[in-house]
Amino acid sequence: MSSVATQTNSAESGAPVPVLRLTGISKAFPGVQALSDVHLEVIHGEVHALIGENGAGKSTLMKILYGVHQPDTGTIELNGKQVKIGSPHQAQQLGISMVHQELNLIPSLDVARNIFLGREPSRGAGLIDWPRLYRQADEILTQLHINLNPRTLVKRLSVAQMQLVEIAHAISWNPSILILDEPTSSLTQQEIGDLFNILRGLKARGTSVLYISHRLEELEQIADRASVLRDGKFIAAVDARTTPIPELIRMMVGRSLTQQYPKESMEAGAEVLRVEHLSRSGVSKDVSFSVNRGEIVGMAGLVGAGRSEVARAVFGADPMDSGKVYVEGREVNIHSPNDAIAAGIGLLPEDRKLDGLVLVLPVKTNSSLTVLERFSSFGVVNHAKRDSAVQQAVGELRIRTPSINFRVRNLSGGNQQKVVLSKWLNSQPKMLIFDEPTRGIDVGAKVEVYNLINQLAKSGVGILIISSELPEVLGMCDRILVMHEGHLVANLPRAEATQESVISYASGEKINE
Amino acid sequence: MNNQEQMQAGSTAVTVPGATTARRSRTVQILLEYGIVLALIVLGVALSFLSPVFLTLDNLIQVLLQAAINTIIALGMTFVIITAGIDLSVGSTAALSGMVAGTLMVGGMPWPLAVIVALAVGLLIGFINGFLITRLRITPFIVTLGMLSVVRGMALVYSNGRPVYGFPESFNQAFGGNLGPIPTPVIVAAVVAVISWFVLRQTRLGEYTYAIGGNAEATRLSGVSVARYQTIIYMICALFAALAGIVLTARLRSAEPIAATGYELDAIAATVMGGTSLFGGEGGVVGTIIGALIISTLRNGLNLLNVQSFYQQLAIGLVIILAVALDRFRQ
Repeated sequence: MSSVATQTNSAESGAPVPVLRLTGISKAFPGVQALSDVHLEVIHGEVHALIGENGAGKSTLMKILYGVHQPDTGTIELNGKQVKIGSPHQAQQLGISMVHQELNLIPSLDVARNIFLGREPSRGAGLIDWPRLYRQADEILTQLHINLNPRTLVKRLSVAQMQLVEIAHAISWNPSILILDEPTSSLTQQEIGDLFNILRGLKARGTSVLYISHRLEELEQIADRASVLRDGKFIAAVDARTTPIPELIRMMVGRSLTQQYPKESMEAGAEVLRVEHLSRSGVSKDVSFSVNRGEIVGMAGLVGAGRSEVARAVFGADPMDSGKVYVEGREVNIHSPNDAIAAGIGLLPEDRKLDGLVLVLPVKTNSSLTVLERFSSFGVVNHAKRDSAVQQAVGELRIRTPSINFRVRNLSGGNQQKVVLSKWLNSQPKMLIFDEPTRGIDVGAKVEVYNLINQLAKSGVGILIISSELPEVLGMCDRILVMHEGHLVANLPRAEATQESVISYASGEKINE
Repeated sequence: MNNQEQMQAGSTAVTVPGATTARRSRTVQILLEYGIVLALIVLGVALSFLSPVFLTLDNLIQVLLQAAINTIIALGMTFVIITAGIDLSVGSTAALSGMVAGTLMVGGMPWPLAVIVALAVGLLIGFINGFLITRLRITPFIVTLGMLSVVRGMALVYSNGRPVYGFPESFNQAFGGNLGPIPTPVIVAAVVAVISWFVLRQTRLGEYTYAIGGNAEATRLSGVSVARYQTIIYMICALFAALAGIVLTARLRSAEPIAATGYELDAIAATVMGGTSLFGGEGGVVGTIIGALIISTLRNGLNLLNVQSFYQQLAIGLVIILAVALDRFRQ
């Protein structure tokens, strides 16, 4: 590891003064040393990736840089001058802008008003200079090659477009440093490509970009250098274009992961789920497929192809217009999630914070929400019985939580996902649908989730994984279904599925069956 | 503030010989956690200095009696607010329930039966609230605002605007009398509190109440019949309101169609002061009781100090805002 560090130092010796230099930053929160003696240097006009597992301290470091937290020790230098950043407002005035992972837009306002929210160009006397506002918004969007009408309401945009509005908002401050926190976690390949083009444009203008991401595959495309954090400590700064991914992972987790996708081959059994001619106006048309016991089936497609919608309809979360669902060969009538659960189907929703968890409630409540009947008689909950079942699930899934009374809001993404999983394991399903099971989860936790999925398949559960991460689908699934504009356009065995073939089906270039 | 905290900490700390500072700071922490308890204690201490009458047994019982009806309504409101809902129709429901019970008793129906019919009327109103909210998907605020007016109108129509009185003494004693030194309304409120605590903490309905308020969609996707439970919760709230209306009728020895006007606001105030979040998912019985006690203590104290009722109104409003502000500040 030290060899890596020295290597970079020597490479940098001729480099100019960094735009940003953080030295010896430490920060403790009650009970946790979030950062200890962390260093970070960002050079003019580079894309600098910040990587590390959840809890490694990336967010805390960025919040310090953005003035949300104050460091206990350490200094921040901007262009060689030491500065104190007391608030996000100050950060922005110093030329630091941040795009948060969660979108912070006002849906009922249009693009331009969101970009300039809070500092609309004024004519004086509190009146907004509307023509100027739209003109300036248009300029920024054009500059960034973002093809959006400034007058479109934000609620009419896709998630990817909203992300672009956030970036335009950040750029409107004219920052010298732009922080992006997991900007690609909800984007498709195509959209990621567009985003990267915009980032390259910013780079060319001399803006430095600090880029937090869990998608290590992206780094070689977009990042120049990468700084690795682990357990609140600085590990190394490396060349992002040349350092191989396994090496990055080793630095992040402190050990080498044998495999990113621990696929185990299993004998598929009898059919567990069959969906026939499922249609729902506007989202899916005549979709038929089946999943067998012990089989892991992937569902690929572009965002908006109707994958989540199919899953939700099968699960009874949304009504279907027509179609039949069979579980173990018997037709089941599903009108609500309750019916689906009774039939043995579970769904881990795409947005775990919005649909998967009650964030303000503790682990035990969330984990037992699907099966509370089992721990109660005459409506009265047997707390001892419930708590011990939850405790067992926490142990089996290795959910890292101080206790089962801990609010899930304060858990990391990976552990939150495991809590969602635990509530389904408790219900002993025959068929589990995972919608984007590893979104926003760090590499180490991803492998754990994959292993759990393998275990479930081995125990005879049928698995359907909907994912926008192609390597994940290709790496983990026995069979891959591809959707395009509401139609199921391909059903590929593992051996036949390649990145290229899946993309060509997903984009509608090719159609089989 | 700091001095008071220390004083409170000192007086409440367990007097184990050599109690450590850790334990002491923990006591402070608990008091801060339940800042509302602190507010009640401070209020009580201040009033005992200001008025010689305040800290007498008779007066304290009076405070409890004054809190009883609001507590009963507020406990139902607590259920609703934990689900991130609101019920503005509780005052009207109390009035209608009282009218129904009163009219039936005067008409010769045995009082226990009249009470049961009145409670059933409450359940029906709660069911209508729940039905409109869950099936027609109208927001709780609008539905119950409408029902506030509809139910009050029904009470007026049913009674032709005239009060009813002359109930059996056994009824008056059962809901508006005394059991030994303790007024029966206080006992009713205590029973309702215990039941509410049990339901919220020990039953599935209670767990789902918090879950629905925390995230209704995630709860639905976990297979819980959210609409059904929501309806049950509005029925509980209306049932408690109807019970409060019966207690009020017995205490006043008369049922009036305009009784309990504005009670919904006191109930919301007690609930919110007690730390139940209007955003749902958080809160509980103990806080609500303390909230109701603060309101009645304040009213009682201001009466003892001969403060004109106009000023009382003003003071209570300020205390509500202050209590919730303190709570925010603590967080």
